[in-house]
Amino acid sequence: MGGSASLIPRDLLSEYQELTFLSKQEILLAYKRFSELLPKEERENACSARVPKSQILTLPELRANPFQHQICHVFSTSESGDDSMSFEDFLDMLSVFSDSATSDIKSHYAFRIFDFDNDGILDRKDLEQLVNCLTGQGEESQLSSAEMEQLIQNVRPAGQGMGTAPGTGLSAHLPPQILEESDIDKDGTINLSEFQHVVSRSPDFASSFKIVL
Amino acid sequence: LSETGSALASPLAALRGPGARPRQQPRLSLAGLSVLAEEPHGAAPVHFLQELPSCQSARRRRGGTQERRPALLGTARSRGDAARAETGELADRPAREHPKSMAEKRRIRDFQQADTEHLSRWKKWRRTSSKSLKKALSEVKGLSSYLVLWRHDIHSIEGKFGTGIQSYFSFLRFLVLLNFIIFILMFSFVTLPTIISQYGIFNSTIAYISPKNIDDICTIYKPSGNKGLVYFYTYLKDLLSGTGFLEVTSLFYGYYSIDAVWISVMSYNLPLAYLLATFAYLTLSSLWIIKRSVEGFKQNLVHDADPFQSYCNKVFAGWDFCITDPSAARLKHRSLQYELQTDLQEEKLKQKIAERKMGEKLRIYTLRIFINIIVIAILSGCFYSIYRVTVFSQENSSVNLLVQYLPSMVITLANFIGPLIFAFLIRFEDYTPAFEIKLTLLRCVFVRLANIGVLLFSLWSQIAGCGSDKCKPCGYNYKLYPCWESDVGQEMYKLMIFDFIVILAVALFADFPRKLLVTHCSWKLVQWFGHKEFEISDNVLEIIYGQTICWIGTFFSPLLPAIATIKYFIIFYVKKIVLIHTRKPAARPIRASSSNFFFLVVLLIGLLLAFIPLGFSIARIPSSKACGPFRNYNTSWEVIPDTILQFPTGLQQILFGIASEAFAVPFFVILCIIMFYVIALARAHKRVVEQLREQLVLVRSERESCVSCPLHHLAQPPLLFPSLPSQTHTWLPTLPSRPLFLLHLFWSCS
Repeated sequence: MGGSASLIPRDLLSEYQELTFLSKQEILLAYKRFSELLPKEERENACSARVPKSQILTLPELRANPFQHQICHVFSTSESGDDSMSFEDFLDMLSVFSDSATSDIKSHYAFRIFDFDNDGILDRKDLEQLVNCLTGQGEESQLSSAEMEQLIQNVRPAGQGMGTAPGTGLSAHLPPQILEESDIDKDGTINLSEFQHVVSRSPDFASSFKIVL
Repeated sequence: LSETGSALASPLAALRGPGARPRQQPRLSLAGLSVLAEEPHGAAPVHFLQELPSCQSARRRRGGTQERRPALLGTARSRGDAARAETGELADRPAREHPKSMAEKRRIRDFQQADTEHLSRWKKWRRTSSKSLKKALSEVKGLSSYLVLWRHDIHSIEGKFGTGIQSYFSFLRFLVLLNFIIFILMFSFVTLPTIISQYGIFNSTIAYISPKNIDDICTIYKPSGNKGLVYFYTYLKDLLSGTGFLEVTSLFYGYYSIDAVWISVMSYNLPLAYLLATFAYLTLSSLWIIKRSVEGFKQNLVHDADPFQSYCNKVFAGWDFCITDPSAARLKHRSLQYELQTDLQEEKLKQKIAERKMGEKLRIYTLRIFINIIVIAILSGCFYSIYRVTVFSQENSSVNLLVQYLPSMVITLANFIGPLIFAFLIRFEDYTPAFEIKLTLLRCVFVRLANIGVLLFSLWSQIAGCGSDKCKPCGYNYKLYPCWESDVGQEMYKLMIFDFIVILAVALFADFPRKLLVTHCSWKLVQWFGHKEFEISDNVLEIIYGQTICWIGTFFSPLLPAIATIKYFIIFYVKKIVLIHTRKPAARPIRASSSNFFFLVVLLIGLLLAFIPLGFSIARIPSSKACGPFRNYNTSWEVIPDTILQFPTGLQQILFGIASEAFAVPFFVILCIIMFYVIALARAHKRVVEQLREQLVLVRSERESCVSCPLHHLAQPPLLFPSLPSQTHTWLPTLPSRPLFLLHLFWSCS
């Protein structure tokens, strides 16, 4: 670690400390791990190099993660859209996932990670994909379509209008599920503020949404 | 301000440029909310609602501006306005709290720095000093993170098994710390002064207690300290049971037969210190536990209050991002799937329960009553056998080690068999799965903790209860128990040692052979045994049971916390090895949030249970006259009034006044009134939350019905046509921004 420490200039290091939620030790460790991903000849100037996505995904912290592609996609600033990561992108990612990041910023990025089609709202398709990611991609491990329907969909039948007030008709008997729980304005999708609201009240979110190197 | 606002708007607009991902802003949903702004009956309730404390606190928490949310909600307003709101934000928030990429954050930071140029010198100085202070703090924090015990172990466990199991190990770490601090407390206030004076360090002398007004008969106490040649076996036996040479060491109460310690001219009142240290460790433990559990309690309260959230919590916070192991990830997938499916099934089950017929209900209720009677019968059986065994072992205590350890063995057996029977019986009671788990746990907790209570009760029945006037002169059975506190201390010591031995033995002789069998033997029968799951609740109960023993025992054996610290320290490693090598995580994992709360609640129950026997033996049972710091007092508690009597009269009167009914009753009444006020406030908040929720839905449906009406466009021009800047500027400030405010309130209340 001592060797790699000298490769980040002091002022850059303190700048990173200011701009991220990471401590000095964490940044140095991140640097070490990042430069290990690069081929030998590029290690000298790891600060400016970009690591391709396939290489990033070999990190054990991401390897097991079902959202790995989304994470790369969200944090990459690559102009060509190949989701490669620079060291600063990498630090951004670790900063968001660190223990000391605010819940506001965590939920903001969680929303973008769960927003698979990048349209700024979580709709049914996003939620379905999210649940599939959680239960695993295999055929046998996925929930049946009826279960998925029950889990995601509002309890009102599809044909009916959106105006059914809660507590009347069917919804009095059937349980509230994801959309019912989080879709405050009842438009069938979850937007960022609704998501942040729901997540801020979720007791497990802060403890589960973190990656420590 | 508006000038600077527009000036700032341009770099900010640039910030949104190429780097940011193309992200469509939430569109219609917002428009829907904004309809509220036009509602005619707006003003009055808003003012009323703004007076609510929850709203005020929300305003405080959210940085004092109501304008923040709009920036977050995006471009429904005109660009310039959003930007202006954002500049306010820019000044407030450090650059790292912006959800932007590094380059953009750098620009924000530079921008902020440029902003400080035209500040006064004083403000500049304040800003830089606060910045450097923060930096220094983060340095210290970074360094102190090296000092945290087991940081790496817990991190690797988290990576392999998820947060649920990690919370168990964090809990274990908490107990190690707690016991260590209790040990420091007892050692420095009780043991250290005694040792110092015994060896005459710092010119200290001891004032030994001269028994006054006590029958000589009571003061005969000759602990059978082994002298001369000792067999190794006796030595081992003494070590395990706390008798013999151990009885007269500083480990037990009997050693501290000192009235005061004189260090040059200062006198140290040891009896008072002993009692106060006892109160101090109990208070410290309870405060610490309560502080830790308050957070979880709040969450649980909110959770109970509305059944929303459960699915969102599972889906949005379901994945542990800290999992690094592919096989752990597979397990996590499976457990998540299982959990979601069982929860969905549970919903169906609940529906079925709701549709139950009368006859069926009757059958189930009679069955439940019957099973509860069985449970009570089992419990009383356990209690009775513990009582018999304790009496027996006390009467024949000198026979051999086996008899001495008999109560500990029976308690451990009851702890082992009880839960098995309960887990079997609960199946017939037809509860929902979640409730089944809770009820079984509750019963197990009851068995474990009540067993200790029964043991103590039977000990006391031996100590204090004597039929004839055997114990009249001293108030307790002085022949059998000349120094009864030491005897209770020994019993607690034995329980703790035995508990430790059992934990080690289970790991060594049950878990590892089983693992070997399963991996190296492919017989069906053996495979059926299979891998055992690492059940958090059982393990937690185990260590909480040990902690309760420690709390009770510390008064009778002041160095017990040291043993507990070492014990938990070793258990941590044992459990870690067992977990990694022999167990697989449970199929239905306990979530970190609920488990943390559960651990602490059970721990609190254990602590409260420890209060009862301790309070009883301090205040009611006559302290032994042959040994200990309280020889001259009738009970241990009498030290306190005695000390108070030495105070100046004014202070005396105040203290006695506080203790009198004249003070206590009004105090209690006032407490009750405050409590009712808080409850009423909470209820009001809840109602407001419900109303707001309904209003939001109403607004939504209004919008729905408005889509078809032709006036719709006229009704909300700034929202559907965000590019109408002139209108927006004049229009916005006058509005109370009701939809946002509603959301605000909704956030803060819930």
